[in-house]
Amino acid sequence: MAKVRGAIDVDKELCKGCGVCITACPTHVIELAKQVNGKGYNYAHMENPEACIGCANCALVCPDSVITVYKINI
Amino acid sequence: MATIEIKDIIKKENLVYGKTKILTDNIMHYCPGCSHGVTHKIVAEVIEELGIQDKTIGVSPVGCSVLAYNYLDIDWQQAAHGRAPALATATKRLMPDHYVFTYQGDGDLASIGAAEILHACNRGENITVIFVNNAIYGMTGGQMAPTTLLGMATATSPYGREVALHGYPLKITELIALLPGVAYVTRQSVQTPAAVRKAKKAIKKGFENQAKKIGTSFIEIVSTCSSGWKLSPVDSNRWMEEHMFKFYPLGDLKDSEKANEEDYKKYIE
Amino acid sequence: MGELKLMKGNEVIAEAAIRCGCDGYFGYPITPQSEIMETLMLEKPWETTGMVVLQAESEVASINMLYGGASCGKKVMTSSSSPGISLMLEGISYLAGAELPCLIVNVVRGGPGLGTIQPSQADYFQTTKGGGHGDYQVIALAPASVQEMNDFVGLGFDLAFKYRIPSLILTDGVIGQMMEKVIVADHKPRWTDAEIQKISGTWATTGKTKNRERHVVTSLNLESEKQEIHNHHLQAKYREIEVNEVRFEEFQTKDAEYLFVAYGSSARICQKSVELARAKGIKVGLLRPITVWPYPTVRIAELATKVKGMLAVEMSAGQMVYDVRLAVNGKIPVSHFGRYGGVIPSPGEVLEAMEKFIKGGK
Repeated sequence: MAKVRGAIDVDKELCKGCGVCITACPTHVIELAKQVNGKGYNYAHMENPEACIGCANCALVCPDSVITVYKINI
Repeated sequence: MATIEIKDIIKKENLVYGKTKILTDNIMHYCPGCSHGVTHKIVAEVIEELGIQDKTIGVSPVGCSVLAYNYLDIDWQQAAHGRAPALATATKRLMPDHYVFTYQGDGDLASIGAAEILHACNRGENITVIFVNNAIYGMTGGQMAPTTLLGMATATSPYGREVALHGYPLKITELIALLPGVAYVTRQSVQTPAAVRKAKKAIKKGFENQAKKIGTSFIEIVSTCSSGWKLSPVDSNRWMEEHMFKFYPLGDLKDSEKANEEDYKKYIE
Repeated sequence: MGELKLMKGNEVIAEAAIRCGCDGYFGYPITPQSEIMETLMLEKPWETTGMVVLQAESEVASINMLYGGASCGKKVMTSSSSPGISLMLEGISYLAGAELPCLIVNVVRGGPGLGTIQPSQADYFQTTKGGGHGDYQVIALAPASVQEMNDFVGLGFDLAFKYRIPSLILTDGVIGQMMEKVIVADHKPRWTDAEIQKISGTWATTGKTKNRERHVVTSLNLESEKQEIHNHHLQAKYREIEVNEVRFEEFQTKDAEYLFVAYGSSARICQKSVELARAKGIKVGLLRPITVWPYPTVRIAELATKVKGMLAVEMSAGQMVYDVRLAVNGKIPVSHFGRYGGVIPSPGEVLEAMEKFIKGGK
């Protein structure tokens, strides 16, 4: 059975930490970072990267288009 | 099995989803979680997928999205408050092979611009209207809009909208759907991945209808305004689902493929 | 060349629009100018030149249709009468702010309010002193004959595109409803897409191609410093227009001791009053501003050193007289004679007013 691994690249300086990607993620990959970016926002990042399936749901709902999604078959 | 490093996945050849080239690199001025950002993105994606960047003219309103022209890399006209459909009417009639859309909020479209939108739709202008309805005036600081729900507190209805004082919220999209000039009227939202996909499909159809010259396409996006509603972005989405969708139910109100003269003829024959 | 016709002033506006290659007319019916759109609808230019003609839902929509059409580099126009122009003023301010060329025709009627449908010149302030919000000007041409109604359509568009500014024809029901001989110009084809690119390709919203940046037509500048720079640019343009585009006509001013200053239909009346005065041995002349903005200030100042007094004759309570006084700057007496609310003065009563002015010096 082909399995997939995904990963997201968040442009953390442009992220406004709205958190809608967190609720959109089906595998609970994303959390807001404890650190803040230059604007003072806790930015989104992969808290559980192994769980990412590269479905792009997070990027789809991201209002600021700061998430890029990648996927490989393993 | 060897462990896979994240840097091995994040490579150009493994790209699944990224920002469309039609979106500029300008940082959006919208508040965190604002529905405008997603709506801008899917309009941009539709323009890219249809390959119509060089033929698309956007008309931006007055309100939060007045600066939409900073974010989509197409030619833009910025209209006076409420008048975007008038600009779009002339633009489309003078350049009928171009794709012309207005992008308007609820204050712009349903209040000050009610006459212009009704008449443009009634004439069946071959334009696409993107109507972002978050039931509040965002840019001026959260005042009551024509679409504000009863009981909803805003800066100018601080004790909640009440009928005796403010009248009822306006279902402008239902009014629009009655007009023979419109080909396609739908109400969508962008708070979940599934909703975004559906909304994008609707917008794409709205643009494709321009090539068919079958009348106006009107797409309402029921939206949030977390700053105006004084809720977090995630809570705003939840509030929208619980309250807004009851009064503004999602789905198609009209989807017609043929000439709308039929609508008129059935009354007189 | 051209073609000799007998036409109403309003009708010739429509005819001239079609013949000069106008791309679009957007308007709303109002007396006394409805013949303009009626003539266009009868002529069906969309079948011949491809010109778009649309009856809009209001004057507000009409002027904003001009904003959309002008943004595309097209030659677009509207027409209305005083109350309708009042509704358009917001849009005219936006057009001026975004530097969009277009043509607006105001067939003025008596006000204020709904007023009368009879001729008036009481929209002079509205036309020349802004009218809408912000620091702006429009080029205002005041025809005094049906021939000039014809000529100023083409001229209005030429000036509008030369300076990227709205042009306005300031006329009234006298000229609009009057029938006269007129030589209409030969048909000029509408601009092709390539010609539009050549003329307005640096700013018009014709679709963003790969080889250029996107074009945004807007009057918005959220940064006040940038908005001031934009205002400086507009003001510099207005000063340039004041130097280059002043137009006026003189009638028997050479030996004149007293001067009428009047534009449009009032000037036609004053011309007769000059003849009546001369027959009585009174040396009177007439200066007729053809552009009421830019105003012939310099020429009036020169004439103020030659004549003993000036009488501004207007179908208003006295609006242009302020510009005469500014130009004269106290050197000689200046007074005003006007009938208003839709009443047209007779050459006899204008002469009487002049005789009174000469006697009393006021």
